[in-house]
Amino acid sequence: MTSARDRVPPSEARTIEFEIPSDVRFIERVVDAVRSECRLMRFTERHLTLNVPVALTEALSNAILRGNRDDRGKSVRITARVDGVRLVIEVTDEGNGFDFATCCVDPTTPERITHEDGRGLFLMQQLMDSVERMQAGGGNVVRMTLNRAL
Amino acid sequence: MSFAIITQGDVSIIEIDGQLIVGNRQELKQKMLDALDGGARKLLVDFAKTGYIDSSGLGVLVSLSKKIREQGGELRLAALNEDLRTLFELTKLDTLFQISDSREQALASF
Repeated sequence: MTSARDRVPPSEARTIEFEIPSDVRFIERVVDAVRSECRLMRFTERHLTLNVPVALTEALSNAILRGNRDDRGKSVRITARVDGVRLVIEVTDEGNGFDFATCCVDPTTPERITHEDGRGLFLMQQLMDSVERMQAGGGNVVRMTLNRAL
Repeated sequence: MSFAIITQGDVSIIEIDGQLIVGNRQELKQKMLDALDGGARKLLVDFAKTGYIDSSGLGVLVSLSKKIREQGGELRLAALNEDLRTLFELTKLDTLFQISDSREQALASF
């Protein structure tokens, strides 16, 4: 049985940072590390098994394959800050960015449902409380926020 | 991810152990296409041991389903946990695939 104390997260925010080459094989270790931090902060099991891993995998995959065009010479930076209220992840690639409105098409329409691609951004928006894109520090940044369920 | 392909009757069952994501979906695709080329026409993906899937994993299932159907076969899915069910529901792919709660139910439905 979970006690009231078990549901209370640590009081101090935690931040982890990574820089990885543009290689999709690095995705899982970043996801596992961010999940561990969220687990410490008492995010729900569903957040740990669904929202965080899938949304973060999508963001990293996009950064590597689209932002950095799968160029091993380019890197992706990840910052994840988690506290008792929310998780904020920023994924930065070296690309020129993308137009959110153009890319956020609905993949569930009859015309698109049989397409192999086009679900990544959609899933990020469905699974995170907010997804933003910006240019900062010479790169393209995607920022995702997930509120910890109270 | 690791996977195993076993045959039960005329059904080829693919078990996915781990995550089905961008880094490994091509491997799964190739193995299933190999099974198709080898004559398999009833294919079942069993997700009982699957952790999570990303959009590229979903996409490879969509393209495989199309390819298998073109060859006169069928791809069905089984044993999705609640998280995986959610992904299929969010993307409305639960309307594209026949999904059974268990392997046994799926095999009985073929």
